[in-house]
Amino acid sequence: MLHNLSIGELSRSLNSGQISSVELTRHFLARIERLNPALNALITLTATQALESAARADARRAAAGERGPLLGIPLIHKDIFCTDGVRTSCGSRMLDNFIAPYDATVVARLKAAGAVMLGKANMDEFAMGSSNETSYYGPVKNPWDTTKVPGGSSGGSAAATAARLAPFATGTDTGGSIRQPAALTGVTGVKPTYGRVSRFGMIAFASSLDQAGVFAHSAEDAAIVLQAMAGFDARDSTSIDIPVPDYPETLNAPLKGLKIGLLREFFDGLEARNAALIHDALKLYTSLGAQTVEVSLPHLPLSVPTYYVVAPAECSSNLSRFDGVRFGYRCEAPKDLLDLYKRSRGEGFGAEVKRRIMTGTYVLSAGYFDAYYLQAQKVRRLITDDFRAAFGQVDLLIGPTTPTPAFAIGAKIDDPVTMYLNDIYTIGANLAGLPGLSLPCGLIDGLPMGLQLIGPHFSEAKLLNAAHLYQQSTDWHKQAPRGFE
Amino acid sequence: MSLTRQDVEKIAHLARLSITEQEMPVYVTSLSSIVEFVDALSRVHTGDVLPMAHPLDGQQQRLRADVVTESDHHEKFQANAPAVQAGLYVVPRVIE
Repeated sequence: MLHNLSIGELSRSLNSGQISSVELTRHFLARIERLNPALNALITLTATQALESAARADARRAAAGERGPLLGIPLIHKDIFCTDGVRTSCGSRMLDNFIAPYDATVVARLKAAGAVMLGKANMDEFAMGSSNETSYYGPVKNPWDTTKVPGGSSGGSAAATAARLAPFATGTDTGGSIRQPAALTGVTGVKPTYGRVSRFGMIAFASSLDQAGVFAHSAEDAAIVLQAMAGFDARDSTSIDIPVPDYPETLNAPLKGLKIGLLREFFDGLEARNAALIHDALKLYTSLGAQTVEVSLPHLPLSVPTYYVVAPAECSSNLSRFDGVRFGYRCEAPKDLLDLYKRSRGEGFGAEVKRRIMTGTYVLSAGYFDAYYLQAQKVRRLITDDFRAAFGQVDLLIGPTTPTPAFAIGAKIDDPVTMYLNDIYTIGANLAGLPGLSLPCGLIDGLPMGLQLIGPHFSEAKLLNAAHLYQQSTDWHKQAPRGFE
Repeated sequence: MSLTRQDVEKIAHLARLSITEQEMPVYVTSLSSIVEFVDALSRVHTGDVLPMAHPLDGQQQRLRADVVTESDHHEKFQANAPAVQAGLYVVPRVIE
């Protein structure tokens, strides 16, 4: 079936004329129509525009003889990326009526590569959540078990990829928002190095942590997509101007001599079945010639509290732009300007977003700034230094992506601290700006689990290489949830 | 450390957020538990560690030539505004 083919296979079928992009697009639109109601993974469908871009891709292929690897391949964008002329809600009532007036750089690059946008994916409101339950548009269901969460915040992108509603989807990762949902839905998710992919036009949550990335069915597909997304952008002041390597080129590089660090802190208290999956993966890597070294990052257990000071602080500043004046929701009949601000924000933002804004406001306020914000920035450096020391000994770090498989919808939503601890294994990479990748490595109670690889800055090629060779010897990434095969 | 209702009212005002009577007790409890959770940081000895504001050290803010690079899109941008008149954003009267 078309929806189980890799991007490379789809591209070859398009090149040989076996199928057209219009046919491929119709196939996925039909799947979305049939399967999305049970998942709520997409909140905006752009069928007309999709068929038009597919026709343009077919024309580019036929008339100009173009052969780009993404020309005519459908995708779904997380609704955090601005899409010119299409509603960009960020999962919030605040932006329910917001029509983006321009394309995010990620959107523009994929458009230029000829990829065809099918629609926009549901997400936790303003990317704040680990379960996709904070969306104004309702929770996303996990295709492996629709009573379970898909993870968050990019839960719609993850669920849509897992359900084969598109060959790939975009996402963003501030504290694990690509890797955690990728793990819980059994797909491959890549969070690149901070600065590798442009943040321009990506609605800001915590600007020193936010990074755009990709969900795909394999590391090989993810490499093709990341190739098109990555690179310098003058419009993002933290974009890094260094060349992008050829990711697909090095996928099969031998792993002989690769030093893999087993993070001691990741295994403290880890559930036995989860630990067993990681050890299975290590055995495989050892058979491929890699060496395992145990390493310790003593400050890593502090990453969740550090994050929950730094991220809310940045969010309280970033979200001050939503004032009911220039765009977004405005309350009815404001009695004065202060009332306009307070009620527009109070009514336009959901519970979790307001909680994070208030946490951030508190830690930045007079009398608390040094004790919380400045102290968190110092601990952030200690955590980053731990990673740097570890990468002096090893080439990449390995561990679980999440402590448990997908949990029930409603199970943790009333207890923010318990919810925050879902990101215990992913947050460290964001604080240090490192690239991370999650790939499916087995099932627990019939639900997918993720293996996480973390590398030094700009080591995406090595992470994709290691993930690809794992996937050449295993078939976890090929398993589809029942009903979505 | 736990926060009082007065603390939360003050924070909400600083953040320009209206909080309903119904929401208030939930925020007093949950913000208190978050503050208690992040208090773990206060037990870390950080001495003369430099605060880290950016994940890639040594990055310099780029400068660009002082020339116009964007054209005027105000109509397109203002199409998203709740109230506009003559190219201006309309808000409640600020000066009597």
